[in-house]
Amino acid sequence: MVAEPLIRVRGLVRVFGATRVLDGVDLDVAAGEAVALLGPNGAGKTTLLKIVATLLRPTRGTATVAGHDCAREAEAVRPLIGVVAHGVQLYEDLTARENLKFWATLSGLPADADTLSQALADVDLERHAEARVRTFSAGMKRRLALARVGLARPRVLLLDEPFAALDARARKWLEARLEGFKAGGGALVMATHSFGRELGVADRLAILAGGRIALDTPRGALGPDDVQRLYVAHTEEGS
Amino acid sequence: MAWKDLLVERRSKETLNSLLFFSLALLFVFQFALDADRERLSAVLPGLLWLAFILSGMLGLGRVFLVERENDCWEGLLLAPGDKSAIYLGKLAGSLALMFVVEAMVLALFALFFNVDLAPVLPPLIMVIALGTVGFAAMGTLFAALTAQARARELLFPVLLLPVLVPVLLGTVKATEAVLLHEPLAEVAHWLKLLVAADVIYVVAGLLTFDFILEG
Repeated sequence: MVAEPLIRVRGLVRVFGATRVLDGVDLDVAAGEAVALLGPNGAGKTTLLKIVATLLRPTRGTATVAGHDCAREAEAVRPLIGVVAHGVQLYEDLTARENLKFWATLSGLPADADTLSQALADVDLERHAEARVRTFSAGMKRRLALARVGLARPRVLLLDEPFAALDARARKWLEARLEGFKAGGGALVMATHSFGRELGVADRLAILAGGRIALDTPRGALGPDDVQRLYVAHTEEGS
Repeated sequence: MAWKDLLVERRSKETLNSLLFFSLALLFVFQFALDADRERLSAVLPGLLWLAFILSGMLGLGRVFLVERENDCWEGLLLAPGDKSAIYLGKLAGSLALMFVVEAMVLALFALFFNVDLAPVLPPLIMVIALGTVGFAAMGTLFAALTAQARARELLFPVLLLPVLVPVLLGTVKATEAVLLHEPLAEVAHWLKLLVAADVIYVVAGLLTFDFILEG
C-alpha cells in the first residue's frame, strides 16, 4: 500500500481581485521528502505556502496536511506544521529565551529552562539567550525562528527563502538541520530563488509559473546550471 | 500574553511615555480654559476626567496590536494551536494594566492641577473608574484587533469604538459626578448596574468573536 503524502495539494486556485495567482496547482510531498519551490516574483510561491499553512483560504481546490483540510480543519493542521516566512515572528524587545518561552507557553508546549536552553543550543544561540532580539543580525533571527518552530516538533516545515541572510557557516548548519528533519520523517517545502548548493537539501524541484506547477522533477544529479536552464525554459523569464 | 505585552512596554516605554505627555498636555489645556471659573469646573470635572481617560485610553488601545505586526507575529498568534480567546484575555489584561497606570497618573495630576481633594471619595471613585475601564478596554481591545490590519486604522478605530462605548460613557460620567458631589452610590445604582451589564456583555462579546476577528 502506498502511503498518502503528508502534503497533498489538488486543483488549487487563488484569486486576488482580478489576478489569478494560483490556477490549478497540484503538488504532493511525502514524509521524509523535501521540495524546493522555484519561480519568479509573483509566481505564487508564498501564496501556496500560506494556503498550506492555513493562513489563507483557497478560492478553489484543496490542500491537506496529514489528511486534514487546511481550510476547514485549520486547528488540526496547525500543530503539525512549522512556518518560517519573511517575518520571523519574534518580538524585538524580548530576549531570545523570553521569545521562546512566550511562544512555547502560548502553544501549550513545555517551557522549562532546560527545554529552552536545549532549543537555543540547537541553533547555536545559547550564548545570546539573554540578549534582546533587537540586537540580533538577520541570520541570528532566522536561527531563533527555527528554534521557535522546532519547539513544537512539527511534521511539516514550510520555509520561505530559508537561506536568505545566512552566511556560509549558517547555511551549512541549516542544511544539516533540514537533512536531519527529513531523516526524521518530516516533509519540507521551501520557496526559494536560489539555484545554488542550498538546493542540495531538496529531493524534488517544482517550478511555479503562470499559476501552475510548470515542472515537477526529481533533483537527482542536477547541478546549479541545469536547474538554471530548466528554470529559464519553464518560466516567463525564459520566454 | 499579558506578561509579554507588559514586558515589551516596560522596555520600550513607547506607549506609557506618549500617554503621559499627552495627558499632561490635555490637563494643561483644561486648566488654561477653566482656571478662573471654579463653579463651572465642579460641573464639568467628571466629563473632563473621562474625556482625559477616553482620549489617552484610545491612543493606548489603538496600539495594542501594533507590536504583533512587527516581524509578522500576528501570523504566529494565528498559527498557535488552541483557544484564541486566551489571547484576547491576555491582551485585555495587558491593556487594563496599562490603562490603570495611566488613569492613576491622570487622577493624581487632575487633583494637583485643579486643586481637588479626591481622598475622601477615592474608594467609590476607584470602583466607578474600574467598572468603566473594564468595558472600555474590553471593546477597545476587540476593535484594536479588528482594525489592526486596516490601512486607515487610526481613523477606523475611534469611529467604530466610540458609538459602542456610549452606555459606558453615560454610566461612568453620571456615576463619577455623583461620587465627586459626595452623593451616596445608591443614588446612581441604575448607572452602576448599566456599567456592570455593559462590562459583562463586552467581555463575553470579545471572547466569542475574537477568534473570527483574528482569522480575518
